[in-house]
Amino acid sequence: MDHALDITLSVNGVQVSRRVAPRVHLVDFLRDELGLTGSHIGCEHGVCGACTVRVNGEIVRGCLMLAVQADGCNVETIEGISDSGEARDLQKAFHEKNALQCGFCTPGMLMAAQDLVLKNIKPTREEIREHISGNYCRCTGYQAIVDAIEEVIQAEVVHGKG
Amino acid sequence: MKAPSFAYAKPRTLAEALELLARHGEGARILAGGQSLIPSLNMRLSSPEILIDITGLPGLNEIRSSGKSVKIGALVTHSQIEKSAEIKKHVPLLAQAVPHIAHAAIRNRGTLGGSLALADPAAEYPACAVALQATIVISNTKGERRVKAENFFQGLFETDLKQGEILTAAEFPSGGKSAFLELTRRHGDYAIIGLAAHESRCVFFNAGPRPVLVSMRKSLDETKAAAMKELDPPADLYNSSATKKHLAGVLLERAWTTLSTSH
Amino acid sequence: MGKAELPLHAPGTKVDRGYIGQSVPRPNAARLLQGRGTFIDDLRFPRLAHVAFFRSPYAHARIKKLQFEKAIKSPGVIAVFDGPKVAEYCTPWVAVLAHLKGIKSPPQHAIAIERACWQGEAVAAVVAESRSQAEDAVQLIEAEWEELPVVVDMEESLQGKQVIHPDFTDNVCFKREHDTGGVDEAFAKADVVVEETFHFGRHTGVCLEGRAILADYNAAEHSLTVYHATQAPHMMQDIFSRHLGIPEGNVRVIAKDVGGSFGIKVHVYPDEMATAAISVILRRPVKFVADRLESFLSDIHAREHRVKVRLAATKAGEILAFDMDDLTAIGPYSVYPRTSGIEGNQVVNLTGGPYRHQKYRGKLNVVFTNKNVTCQYRAVGHPIAVALTEGIVDLAAQKLGMDPAEFRRKNLIPDDAYPYTFPSGIKFEKLSHLRTLDKLLGLMNYKSLREEQKHLRAKKIYRGIGLAAMIEVTNPSPAFYGVGGARISAQDGATIRLEPTGMITVMCSVTEQGQGTEGIFAQIAASAVGVSMDKVKVITGDTGVTPYGGGTWASRGAGIGGEAVLQAGRALRSNILDVAAAILKMDKQELDLSGNKVINRLTQETKMPLEELGRVAYFRPDTLPMDFQSELTVTRHYTPRQYGFTFTNGIQGSLVEVDPDTGFVRLLKHWCVEDSGTVINPMLADEQLRGGVVQGIGAALYEECLYSPDGQMLNGNMADYLVPMSAEMPDIVCAHVETPTMQSQLGAKGIGEAGTAGAPAAVMNAVNDALAPLNARVTAMPFTPERILRALGKV
Repeated sequence: MDHALDITLSVNGVQVSRRVAPRVHLVDFLRDELGLTGSHIGCEHGVCGACTVRVNGEIVRGCLMLAVQADGCNVETIEGISDSGEARDLQKAFHEKNALQCGFCTPGMLMAAQDLVLKNIKPTREEIREHISGNYCRCTGYQAIVDAIEEVIQAEVVHGKG
Repeated sequence: MKAPSFAYAKPRTLAEALELLARHGEGARILAGGQSLIPSLNMRLSSPEILIDITGLPGLNEIRSSGKSVKIGALVTHSQIEKSAEIKKHVPLLAQAVPHIAHAAIRNRGTLGGSLALADPAAEYPACAVALQATIVISNTKGERRVKAENFFQGLFETDLKQGEILTAAEFPSGGKSAFLELTRRHGDYAIIGLAAHESRCVFFNAGPRPVLVSMRKSLDETKAAAMKELDPPADLYNSSATKKHLAGVLLERAWTTLSTSH
Repeated sequence: MGKAELPLHAPGTKVDRGYIGQSVPRPNAARLLQGRGTFIDDLRFPRLAHVAFFRSPYAHARIKKLQFEKAIKSPGVIAVFDGPKVAEYCTPWVAVLAHLKGIKSPPQHAIAIERACWQGEAVAAVVAESRSQAEDAVQLIEAEWEELPVVVDMEESLQGKQVIHPDFTDNVCFKREHDTGGVDEAFAKADVVVEETFHFGRHTGVCLEGRAILADYNAAEHSLTVYHATQAPHMMQDIFSRHLGIPEGNVRVIAKDVGGSFGIKVHVYPDEMATAAISVILRRPVKFVADRLESFLSDIHAREHRVKVRLAATKAGEILAFDMDDLTAIGPYSVYPRTSGIEGNQVVNLTGGPYRHQKYRGKLNVVFTNKNVTCQYRAVGHPIAVALTEGIVDLAAQKLGMDPAEFRRKNLIPDDAYPYTFPSGIKFEKLSHLRTLDKLLGLMNYKSLREEQKHLRAKKIYRGIGLAAMIEVTNPSPAFYGVGGARISAQDGATIRLEPTGMITVMCSVTEQGQGTEGIFAQIAASAVGVSMDKVKVITGDTGVTPYGGGTWASRGAGIGGEAVLQAGRALRSNILDVAAAILKMDKQELDLSGNKVINRLTQETKMPLEELGRVAYFRPDTLPMDFQSELTVTRHYTPRQYGFTFTNGIQGSLVEVDPDTGFVRLLKHWCVEDSGTVINPMLADEQLRGGVVQGIGAALYEECLYSPDGQMLNGNMADYLVPMSAEMPDIVCAHVETPTMQSQLGAKGIGEAGTAGAPAAVMNAVNDALAPLNARVTAMPFTPERILRALGKV
């Protein structure tokens, strides 16, 4: 491989070391090299949000970050926040309100939603819509997604997590 | 759309970075947040030989206020600017502009330096920099030089940055009244047209290849007339030049009340 | 007629709809929520090769020379193919149907030979070890072109000065004229005649998952397995078989999780056919996934129409006639196998749909252009027909000084007029236009919205209220495609098997792309058999497993697939009770199945759990009577027969606020009342409406494929082609009226496309209602700020 570099990073809490070409973006690395196919590719221009993952605690577009830039970083994907239970409340609310249809936008949408939940604020519906306005969904019309996020945040507030 | 092949280096010091730039010349591109560079690579719009990742350079990701001005390092992300109490207090125009930049996931990576160096006519920061009379700080092998924002932005994606130089910071004067307005079809989109105004300086963006400065006159009508004369925005896919001009006038009207009380 | 009873038990017992009508969360959503679904691009195969295509940069050009020497030597490259090579393995096709009289289209190859006819048409294929390497090699292909004249404008195409295809004398793919007679007389005697020309922007599906196919040819068996993000696996099985020369039974098509389709993924794409052919040539699995840029250039586009319409009415407000002239621009080929004539044909069939006028003339011209190909996309033709109808109806109401709701009320086909034959020839079983109108006006609080509008207008705040009544084609019979000679099945089947532990497996030929097909089949099967939802597994999308059928399109999943599942479920229940009777030595009439148990029907006492019955039937049949054989796998099929199409009706309302300074439209709220017969899962049905409405809003305000005069697509990327995102969308209120169809036991009609069919019209009418006091009107979708500012005279 031309120009390949060795990187070591933590992915969903597990240390991984790989040799990777600089041109490979993070989501291709996660999908092809590590088999973590839960993060999806929708545009590779950074607009649709399907590839949204978390790096060092912040949501990023996996298609706009090179895998080599993730050297030394802590990367979390949908598989990670599912298995750890972090996304449980959101996933339950999404399921009950059918805040997904084909599921292709869902991992990215959950990442963006969880980012909002973690902010510990009380957003209005409009603010929820604004926060997920970088995640394209063609199926649901967005309303059920807003409903699900709203419900989780309200429950957190009631239970004193907010 | 997979990027073409390129090499990658992550220098640990500014000197190392400048040396790499000198060595590779036009074959090198600077990588910071990558939010504009990487999509262009994915679309094969450019094929550099090597990306020089400057995110490892020390001291470039700080926000330092010193009474009269705030110095923001080139690697400060939009997200950091959004969260900064100092910027909100001392350079409110930037705080007003930043929520309009794309979406959270982009803002977590995109940098001030990257945005200024790219000089996309639709970007928010260049217009803010011109409105605030900011100073752009540039490093090269000879040391550091400073350029006034007004002179830094020279044309379509064209700045005063020379081959082999790195934008390392921008200094923004503190205080003053400001207003920021942007018209977009959808939240987070590039502006159809926007207005960054500070004191008597109204700067329109996406109204031409570089930010367009229109000074406030005594009345709204006079200012608007001056703006209509000076503005000649290029049409885009959806908006004719006449439409953009009209919208610029609307933005000016809407910002007027905020601005005129400080005039 | 009242609501159909749903006897899920043997006759004489109490009626229990089970899960039908309940908003049950979808079982198959769980894996999608954890990123553990399986989309085609997630599959890993040994020796998997990747295809990238060299696509024509020109809208129309002769391919003079293609040189592959450099490309072949590029790292990782396995092979490079041109059109003639692929044609040795894949025969061309012509997309015509016998019932679209006179339709014509030239043959189309998997990879273009001699001539590229649209920018983005695949002209060569590179196969490599990775997609990156394939793309590297594509850049090394050297091509010499001879540019040919480009036809882009539809009016110019119709005039035919420049004919695209040398074998034709014009650019007309299909034309049709329907005339009831008496139209000119009706217009002559009318008190009011209104006329308008509407333009509809070409747009495209933008499914988040790009088109995806992984073809795996096994040379030893001469068999082909295709993992395909398709809506119609059996149709594709037939097509791969015929065009690649592989016996039908040796072709297996498997649709895994599909990331949205909306009709985009029901068509035959040359690059996908090429991928399958390449697998045969190379004797190894080959994958192609369309990236976003090539999706914009090669996924089907739709809906580019210019329609002139006139309406004649009496001064009392009675509509006498519609007269419509539709010109629509498709690409250079009619798309296979459904043809690109259907969308326009639907516009002719559906114009004026909800109303009781008797006179109608509809004229259609479908013309070739050198832009991307077009074909069926969600709500096919309805968005056009509903918008032009409801737009001209509003104009007539305005001219007559009548409230738009009351003008509609006066003219909608009455709820007791059925069955009814409409002037275009289509037949309605039973609709509920007036009931849905009343329900909508109630939900909207229409009167107070009008009062508020008046009040705000005085303050120079311009709100608009728009209505759109509609009819919609669902559950089509073979009248749609089969009669034209297409090997597209309008019947579907479901097999249900009782497993030894008491679970049931449902295998149905209708497919899932997220709308909830598998969910509703589980609900129906559980209810029909008498088990709980957690005991049900559903398998769809695999031609090697399910009965033969049509898949998903034209809103047929619930009505046709659901009916097959219901009938299979009932038959299985009956067979299970036969076994129970044999085991228990009781009369079958005394028994029933409920909640996973065989029970005494009268006393409700548990007689045996289903898993015990399964154990005996499968492992201890020696304990059963000598002449008794359990049949615990049952298959039933269903075809709608009485009506060519099962029409539904609905009505939508939109509330907008237009900023007269910026031309921006703010969507305040949207309402949708739909009658789709029996609603199986209200939550899923509502969301189909909402998702459809948002797509329709995209058409009305945001989406348009823009082309230069030389046929270059100008906005083929996600930044420049504007799809609806969450911040600008309104909350959408949904409600239902249920008029079941009598053609099936389930009584379900379709709902998948209704939202998209009516939303553009509702939003257009709302925008024009907002602009009315300013004497402005817009008629060209999408209604961008510039178009609104132009109408207002501000630019």
